[in-house]
Amino acid sequence: MDDLLQEFIAETRETLEALSGEIVGWEADPTDRARLDSIFRFVHTIKGSCGFLDLPRLARLSHSAEDALAAVRSGERAADQALVNAILAIIDRISEIVEAIDAGESLSDSGEELLIAALNPTAVTPNEAASEATPAHDVADRSPNVRGGKRSVRLSVDLLDRMMGGVSDMVLARNQLARHLRQNDDPKLEAMLERLSISVDDLRDSVTRSRMQRVEALFSVMPRLVRDAAASLNKSVSLVIEGGDVELDREMIELLRDPLVHLVRNAIDHGIEARSDRVLSGKPATGSLRVVARQAGNLIIIDIIDDGRGIDAAALAVKWAGSRPDRVAALATMDEEARLALIFEPGFSSRDEATELSGRGVGMDVVKANVEKAGGRISLVNRPGRGLTVSLEVPLTLAILHAVIVEAAGTRFAIPRQSVDEIVAVGQGAARIDRVGGQSAVAILRGQRLPMVTLTDLIGETRRTGTPYLAILSLREGQFALAIDAVLDTQELVVKPAAPAVMRAGIYAGQMLPDDGQPILLLDCAGIAARAGLSFERRRATIVETEVIEPLRALLFEDVDDERRLIVLPAVDRIEAVAAGAVRAAAGGLWLTVGDTSVPAWDGRGAVPRSITKVLRLSADGREIAYPIREPIEIIALPDEIIPAPANANGVVAGLAVIGGAPIELIDPLAIVEHATAPNERPLCLLHGADSDWMEAFLKPAIEQAGYRVIRRARPDQRPTIALAIEDDADTAPVPAIRLSRTRGQPIYRYDRAAVIAALRECCA
Amino acid sequence: MSGVLHLVAHIGGCGVLFDTDRVASVVELDVATPTPGAGSAVIGLAAMRSKVATVLDVRRLLDLPPRVVSEGARIGHAVAAMVDGHLYAIAVDSLEDIGTFTIEAPPAGLGAPGDGKDSDAEAQPGWDFVSGVAGGSGETLIVLDIERLVERASAIA
Repeated sequence: MDDLLQEFIAETRETLEALSGEIVGWEADPTDRARLDSIFRFVHTIKGSCGFLDLPRLARLSHSAEDALAAVRSGERAADQALVNAILAIIDRISEIVEAIDAGESLSDSGEELLIAALNPTAVTPNEAASEATPAHDVADRSPNVRGGKRSVRLSVDLLDRMMGGVSDMVLARNQLARHLRQNDDPKLEAMLERLSISVDDLRDSVTRSRMQRVEALFSVMPRLVRDAAASLNKSVSLVIEGGDVELDREMIELLRDPLVHLVRNAIDHGIEARSDRVLSGKPATGSLRVVARQAGNLIIIDIIDDGRGIDAAALAVKWAGSRPDRVAALATMDEEARLALIFEPGFSSRDEATELSGRGVGMDVVKANVEKAGGRISLVNRPGRGLTVSLEVPLTLAILHAVIVEAAGTRFAIPRQSVDEIVAVGQGAARIDRVGGQSAVAILRGQRLPMVTLTDLIGETRRTGTPYLAILSLREGQFALAIDAVLDTQELVVKPAAPAVMRAGIYAGQMLPDDGQPILLLDCAGIAARAGLSFERRRATIVETEVIEPLRALLFEDVDDERRLIVLPAVDRIEAVAAGAVRAAAGGLWLTVGDTSVPAWDGRGAVPRSITKVLRLSADGREIAYPIREPIEIIALPDEIIPAPANANGVVAGLAVIGGAPIELIDPLAIVEHATAPNERPLCLLHGADSDWMEAFLKPAIEQAGYRVIRRARPDQRPTIALAIEDDADTAPVPAIRLSRTRGQPIYRYDRAAVIAALRECCA
Repeated sequence: MSGVLHLVAHIGGCGVLFDTDRVASVVELDVATPTPGAGSAVIGLAAMRSKVATVLDVRRLLDLPPRVVSEGARIGHAVAAMVDGHLYAIAVDSLEDIGTFTIEAPPAGLGAPGDGKDSDAEAQPGWDFVSGVAGGSGETLIVLDIERLVERASAIA
């Protein structure tokens, strides 16, 4: 973290220096959009860095400045002198805090509230507040030599490159010298050379490290960043990082740092959905975020892959049309890709409210600008509802790769170690080559047939020497075998871009210079496959096929009584967050009211109505019920083994599933829905005879509780299940009837509510 | 356009001049690493100390038969220059001298089709890589614009 902080300080200081001109210019002309943009980018970057460096004061200052500037950018607010002053005061303050951090001093935060308040358009005397709050003299008096922590300086890339070149020259010279001296056979000289040799190697290591950095350095902040970002949004995200061992140009790493942090935050903030939404759309409650660095041809590609909601291009366009009415005509002609590209427009926001995390969705324009500054490009693969992949492609200007050095037709070539699965000698057991027809061949490795490319053929040489080896290369699309003449060794080498005239061959990724001073070309495996016309079956397709045969899935959730329970997924319409108070007790049950419709809510778990904020909406047979829960957990495959439920008091448990060693109740959705049976779906109970009005008045609630709907006259299409009649009524009911007695003590006495219910239930069963 | 320091060399017997300001160094190169599949003007890659240079044979541009590169043969003299961030070495037969020359504009139609060989004038832009001519000892020297030269050579399939 110390390194990061130092870098942050150095970078902020440098940007501040560069910005001072812009600030003065903006002060002179507050309507200058370009200057406004660069100041905005500055506070935005500060805010981004503060988040993961845990600098809450700076975060607060920069966030409020960003808010105010965003309002200006979107035209909601004019940049008047008061605002300019307030922003400048904040930037001054940021600079003071940064200096204080660097010096390891503490700086009183008095006045920061005033600074932030001064941004408010209604602040009466922002000038005074700002000037009052800036204790400039305190800082000026500070002794400049108090500096804590690791010190760092900034060097020009040119100087570093000269150093690298110089050291490489030295290594080559040393090798030549060593070859000569070996012929002399002088032990004293050899010992001296050995010493020189060791220091040259050490020097090369440190110079290389000064210029190059493992991609890992970019990724080391990710776990913390993801954790914090996810926690602040109450989301769960699991992070997978791949390919951190490639070494890259430090310059590139620095250029990529901010965009990467931004994209990861965006993925968590905008991409990955809230837990309950995920569960409902059948995804694991925990979102997945993968950050993968890989080298492909002469590019380094960093993919940020989430499995969130993707981008709704249509909604994006609508939103855009709202903020830029002048561009509506242009929108109509845009295709999907062009609409997606709208997120890169300056000042564009995909959501209305700013979050601590990624602000207003701004920054995609900044990200794009930064990546393009590095000579790279940014591309999107949108899978609506299923996720988004953002790929940053930057040119491989300088990188250190592990390479396998092979030989074909007497020339050495390098293959990235990353792409080589294994190298096998042909004819020795595992591998064999089958000729097919006159030209083609397939490699057979442990019984598996692989497409084969012969490197000598590909490079236009026809002579074949000895028994070839096969390098089994893996691409993202599949595997193939590359026939080579010999394997020489593996080396860690600096890769540089090759000239366009060489790259046009389409099979090279760059050039390398090993210590013997004879250049080697680095092969581009994907390029070779493409040149040889290999096509691979898409692996992904097979995965989709296997997914078709899926076990029944069930939602695991935490019930309102803190127990975990399961319910089969098809029974759940959706998981709904409801406002506290939307569920109320009424008419002896719970009711969820949304808008002007109410649905019954299940009250079997002793839910406290006003505390309910999440419900499962169940429906079956056209009937609906809300089932209050605390939290959805995840969707799991329903275990095959379900232990039938023991006779259960409220009869809504279908069985027990054992998950993770604990029995979990499986809810019977039908039983729950039965519970809330809408009146017209219940069996009919006909109140028969002259006393039907009395029965309606006194017995209706009891009858309804027994599960019946009460009618006093059966329409021709209605077929009552049972009738109630008073025993002395002369008329015979059209259906089997329960006769009620007027006399206390007789079965079934008409005021004996329990007996009436019991009799009705018995008939029903 | 006079009095500029130029490097005199011969390529396939043709006398040429390079502006010394544009030349990084003159080198004597050993064997080049072959670059199969690259443009035919590329002889290969050669190390110049710790840097890798792309070695070009520009004879075809001058309507001369290309060098015959036999395996293991030394490349010999070359003129090195940075173009577009890449280091190139232009192979020459010999390097003679450095001197100040009075450069004149190239005569119209130099190298351009029009001698009946090729009627498709648009596909053959002529020798736009020749920025001037100067008189040498008994021959006319052409001044080569290194950027254009490399660009044209790279474009040869």
